[in-house]
Amino acid sequence: MRYIEQQQVVKRMNGRKIINSIFKGIFMLATLLALLALVILLYRIITQGAGHLSLDFLTNFASRFPEQAGIKAALVGSLWLMAVVAPTALILGVGSAIYLEEYAKRNRVTDFIRVNISNLAGVPSVVFGLLGLTIFVRALALGTSVLAAGFTMSLLILPVIIVASQEAIRSVPGELRDASLGMGATKWQTIVKIILPAAIPGILTGSILALSRAIGETAPLIVVGIPVIIQFLPSGVMDTFTALPMQIYDWSSRPQQEFQVVAAAGIIVLMAFLLFMNSIAVIIRNKFNKRY
Amino acid sequence: MTMNSTAIATDAVIEQDIVSSNSVYKTNQLNLWYGANHALKNIDLDIKENEVTAIIGPSGCGKSTYIKTLNRMVELVPSVKTSGEILYRGRNIFDKSYGVEELRTRVGMVFQKPNPFPKSIYDNVAYGPRIHGIKNKKILDEIVEKSLRGAAIWDEVKDRLTENAYSISGGQQQRICIARALAIEPDVILMDEPTSALDPISTLKIEELVQELKKDYSIIIVTHNMQQAARISDKTAFFLNGEVVEYDTTDTIFSNPSDKRTEDYISGRFG
Repeated sequence: MRYIEQQQVVKRMNGRKIINSIFKGIFMLATLLALLALVILLYRIITQGAGHLSLDFLTNFASRFPEQAGIKAALVGSLWLMAVVAPTALILGVGSAIYLEEYAKRNRVTDFIRVNISNLAGVPSVVFGLLGLTIFVRALALGTSVLAAGFTMSLLILPVIIVASQEAIRSVPGELRDASLGMGATKWQTIVKIILPAAIPGILTGSILALSRAIGETAPLIVVGIPVIIQFLPSGVMDTFTALPMQIYDWSSRPQQEFQVVAAAGIIVLMAFLLFMNSIAVIIRNKFNKRY
Repeated sequence: MTMNSTAIATDAVIEQDIVSSNSVYKTNQLNLWYGANHALKNIDLDIKENEVTAIIGPSGCGKSTYIKTLNRMVELVPSVKTSGEILYRGRNIFDKSYGVEELRTRVGMVFQKPNPFPKSIYDNVAYGPRIHGIKNKKILDEIVEKSLRGAAIWDEVKDRLTENAYSISGGQQQRICIARALAIEPDVILMDEPTSALDPISTLKIEELVQELKKDYSIIIVTHNMQQAARISDKTAFFLNGEVVEYDTTDTIFSNPSDKRTEDYISGRFG
């Protein structure tokens, strides 16, 4: 006697196939909706702002007159910000990940740390802004400098970099670790020669995505008190500055209709910047990808 | 005073020499726990040099744990505790003063699954000498050739040393791993089921290689394949539930075992 009757299977087959198609449709619709939102956004921004884009827009400082308003200070300021955020966040983030994955013993304390790093990634950016204001701007008296804002942004993206690097390090096969240690290599030699080369694509991909988040964040900069209208470029990390999202925020909150156009042009510049960084992430990942 | 301590030191050296003339490893009352799980119980084993010592037993009997204890790789598992002592060439490897890196420079290991690094064949073999500080290209070239010849794979890979080690077959990869272990010029080679992931022909090549290698090295091999133990080893230890049931010459174990459980196991009644 057989438990599965062929006839029953055939009879139920149609219903199963219909359900399959329904779910396929639902998921496709979800993707299309997200895509549609993106297309509308891009269309609006580009039709609105493209007319204002010019070389003058990139080389002029901010101005009261919309037709003269440029993004030079913000663009250069954002580059300065990255110059502080990238090394700070990478060194601290990758260092913490190496410690947690390779050196730290598993016990209650390190488990607590591990869980809470992931939790920190979910803390709103405004809170990090307040932290930066208290510690860097006031307590360490760094003022509204590139350094203060850079450290604040580094703290903001640090959890993301740590988690991404931990994942990358964890995905290196344990056998490679064993082989290296089994030959009398120290932990440090194993990390430098075996684990990091294998983990670097993952670490860099995660880190660059985190850095592009830092470029787009506005809230922490507002809380830290970064000014908007600046008629000079910073000449060092202790100078004050402004950044792309701050400038865009300022333009878009002005009442004159003309400034909406300027804001849209600023958004195009910011998105080009982000696209550039994300493509670097993709190139690095493809270049370093190794088989096991 | 100075005279006295010199005399004592000389005595110690002589004593060590006597021990090392035939024993590489002497295990005394070794116990090991993974957390609450008592994995090795009162192990006493005396492993001789220039012999192949096979460790056999059913899954979970502690044979892999034991071989990993010999170079202290077992300590990578969190929550491992040990008691008792293992003397390597007369010195307790659990001594605080005994650096684990130093021990592993003398004791090479070949793992169950071929695990070459994602580097070129040359860089795989040169890895050990490099981490121990050898930078001279000529010396490295010589070590690489000697090790690859030692692992009987030189002729197959000599024209493709710069190729990635993943581009060759699994059996060849395992011999690269043996060459990599030879490159640190060890005294003992530990092999943890080195042929369990290989096809019969590659297995045969490795078995022949083991016979060749025992002239220069002491080899301890864990295997779940009893025919393999019978073919290649001089001594065999039978492990069961974390204990050594019987340890004798391979001939005795397979032809005239003294313990009923050994007889049952080798005749295939369990395991």
